[in-house]
Amino acid sequence: MKAKIRKLIVQVDETRAEMGRKVEPPTRKAVAMAVIENPLAGRYAEDLTELIDIGEELGGLLGERCVQALGIKPGQAQSYGKAAIVGEGGELEHAAAILHPKLGAPLRKAVEKGAALVPSAKKMGTLGSAIDVPLGHKDAAYVRSHFDAIEARVSDAPRKNEIVVAVAVTDSGRPLARVGGLQKHEIKGQDGLR
Amino acid sequence: MIEVREVFTQVEEIFHEFGPPAAKPLKRGAVAAVLTNPFAGRYEPNIMPMMELLNPIGLEMTKRLIAAMGVTPKDIEGYGKGAIVGSAGELEHGALWHVPGGYAMREVLGNAKAIVPSAKKVGAPGTKLDVPITHINASYVRSHFDAVEVYVPGAPAADELVYVLAMTTGARVHERVGGLRASEIKGVDGLR
Repeated sequence: MKAKIRKLIVQVDETRAEMGRKVEPPTRKAVAMAVIENPLAGRYAEDLTELIDIGEELGGLLGERCVQALGIKPGQAQSYGKAAIVGEGGELEHAAAILHPKLGAPLRKAVEKGAALVPSAKKMGTLGSAIDVPLGHKDAAYVRSHFDAIEARVSDAPRKNEIVVAVAVTDSGRPLARVGGLQKHEIKGQDGLR
Repeated sequence: MIEVREVFTQVEEIFHEFGPPAAKPLKRGAVAAVLTNPFAGRYEPNIMPMMELLNPIGLEMTKRLIAAMGVTPKDIEGYGKGAIVGSAGELEHGALWHVPGGYAMREVLGNAKAIVPSAKKVGAPGTKLDVPITHINASYVRSHFDAVEVYVPGAPAADELVYVLAMTTGARVHERVGGLRASEIKGVDGLR
């Protein structure tokens, strides 16, 4: 593996009730985070291939960790998202190199299909910085009940020469979703939008 | 009286902390349950009836955490517990967690001998709690002194409680400050 991983963290958020009303079945969101060394920290590098390849590795690893933590089959995953926090020795473009070119394909394999864009967020940050990982339905980006986010944060990362990479997967939409729009049972799931 | 709104688990796997990678990565896990605080907004003199009702919650959380960590009870070497009370409650409502949380872990882990260290506070949604960790059979094992930071995004609301259990599978990843070793303990009095 090219990624030098210092830590892996997996969280599952299970909501059983909201405003006193039961959520049945409970909604569940998982986020898996890897704290990795930034091989390009402290210098300007034109070629970001190394980070692009690391992104490919992490897309599969973190996607699988989420599915495993939810205890579901890959096909039962409903929405996903990705994000990165770059320590101060790096640049924002390092997050882009990890997230955008190659991370998606292995993540889509981990959740089966995934016709839709994987929504993303990125920022520079320091120890304990939190990032809201955006979530969208994996096969149809317009499914309104699945627009959501989950917070990712590692108390002792990213150090100056580190990057926190987060992948989120859910088996459900928002608890008690009721603002209409495209419903998940109505989607075709071919163009990634509807 | 007991109403769980949300359950939150987190598992950290630590490979190194800028030193030699550990032969076996350290796992640190925590589970948090977000409950409605039945005593929010008033002074209730008799809060004891809630304590016993929390016993099954403690057991369920213990089992859920061990499962989330992907280990068996015999792999757990350190533990701790804690509570965050929403702003319409009082610190004492967090104290209700001591017995059900602590004894659930001790029971599942095979009558663990050491006192379960704890921390509690009153806080707003997203408040972070550093849950202290010590060895499950001998509180003085220096390599196992640790803490796990836990928070639940969006909780506790004013009328909620967050009850936390935390466990580890071993010593700090690069422990090297001496003291009582886990291999030296008697494990009778819970201290050494």
